[in-house]
Amino acid sequence: MKCEKVPLKGWRELPEGGTITEPGSSVLFDASAWRTSKPIIDQNKCTKCGLCWIFCPEGAIKVNPDGRYEVEFMYCKGCGICDKACAVRAIRMEEEEK
Amino acid sequence: MKKIGLSGNYAVAHAVKMADVDVVAAYPITPQTTIVEKLSEFVANGELDADYINVESEHSAMSACIGASMTGARVFTATSSQGLAFMHEVLFIAAALRTPMVMANVNRALSAPLNIWNDHADAMAERDSGWIQLWVSSAQEAYDTTLMAFKMTEETRLPVMVNLDGYILSHTYEPVELIEEETVRKYIPSKPLVNRLSPKTSFSVGVVGPPEYYFEMKYQAIDAIERSRSTISKITTEFNRSFERSYDDIGTYGMDDAEYALLTMGSMTGSARVVAEEWRRKGIKAGVISIRTFRPFPVEIFRQKVSGLKGLGVMDRSSTPGGPSNPLFCDVATCLYGLKERPVLQGFVSGLGGRDISLENFRTMFKATMDAADTKSPKPCMYVGLRE
Ligand code: SF4
Ligand code: SF4
Repeated sequence: MKCEKVPLKGWRELPEGGTITEPGSSVLFDASAWRTSKPIIDQNKCTKCGLCWIFCPEGAIKVNPDGRYEVEFMYCKGCGICDKACAVRAIRMEEEEK
Repeated sequence: MKKIGLSGNYAVAHAVKMADVDVVAAYPITPQTTIVEKLSEFVANGELDADYINVESEHSAMSACIGASMTGARVFTATSSQGLAFMHEVLFIAAALRTPMVMANVNRALSAPLNIWNDHADAMAERDSGWIQLWVSSAQEAYDTTLMAFKMTEETRLPVMVNLDGYILSHTYEPVELIEEETVRKYIPSKPLVNRLSPKTSFSVGVVGPPEYYFEMKYQAIDAIERSRSTISKITTEFNRSFERSYDDIGTYGMDDAEYALLTMGSMTGSARVVAEEWRRKGIKAGVISIRTFRPFPVEIFRQKVSGLKGLGVMDRSSTPGGPSNPLFCDVATCLYGLKERPVLQGFVSGLGGRDISLENFRTMFKATMDAADTKSPKPCMYVGLRE
């Protein structure tokens, strides 16, 4: 998964009429500003069952090559569904600072 | 060029046929119906090679027009009153997605009470939608303006609404000079529009614009209509030259030396002129200004036209209940606010729901405008023709 913040274009540079001219633009979609709290996964409690990965509506949970489940915070909107889905309560929601 | 007797609606239909549109999507509504009825006849008898889409509502008509326009088709629809109101949310989409199309709006009052007669409330309620709004005062002007509108919409990629007064223009027969169809085809040749959907291009339209993008995308449409002022003027000048007409963003009568004037839109301009001529015979320097291009509002030209005026009576044929004044008056006051020298403004609302605005009503308005200017104390908006 490619995940990088791109600099936002000014109105003159954006395509006319809000068209999207290249495929795959949802990869660039930054939902992080919507968040008021963020999920923290306790790797010691995590059983790697994958429920959070299945339920996350944003596809923000990624599985690392070493098998660990981690959150991609650019896509995480802080809804807390992963927290509710985790049967062993390995996820806690921590309030965002600002 | 041949002259034939046509109603305002049929004049529009003839212009649309000559513009060789590809798609008409429409839903009937009084007093617009005879436009799309005539077009369906043209399509049925083979005079116009277009897809005529019978939709189940105006909301769908506008949506179908956007879709068709996205593919590069030349598109037309027509509506009135409740139909335009029903299109409301889709109008904003058409403008912001930059889909060229022409729509005739045959002005009619909004319910309640149900009323099929003329006033300007329908178009005024959509003045912030981002559409170019043109207003005409005769069947000839309806025909000519519809032709120009296709050129304007394709050059600016902004939708254009041609407003004509219900019944007074839409159903009244006048001699109309039609341009040869071949000449029209040369004037507005079908051309592939840029940035359109086809099996060869892949892009997404109608996308989400989150807070990081909405403002910039909206501003593009704001900038486009600002810039459209020069395009509209250029197209009008070219049209005048090619077809011996004399249209302007703002129509005037007697404004070279006028001291008092009435500001009108649409068909009432004719009656205002008659009364201005009357006052001129009495030695009073009276004039009439009519706004042809209401959006984008021709700010600079308007300021020039009113310079030197002592008093300007602004006639609204619609109202902004609870507002500081009414739609046209608000625009005029905003235009003039920054100027050191400006005429005294007197506001009027008249002719709602098809109430005739008689010559006597115009005399009242001219008189009140003069009084306001001479005493420098305008009255609050006067509702002319209203029974106490
Ligand atoms: S908080 Fe919501 S968006 Fe963020 S990782 Fe959990 S489920 Fe996904
Ligand atoms: S749901 Fe809980 S236990 Fe399962 S993978 Fe996610 S964090 Fe680990």
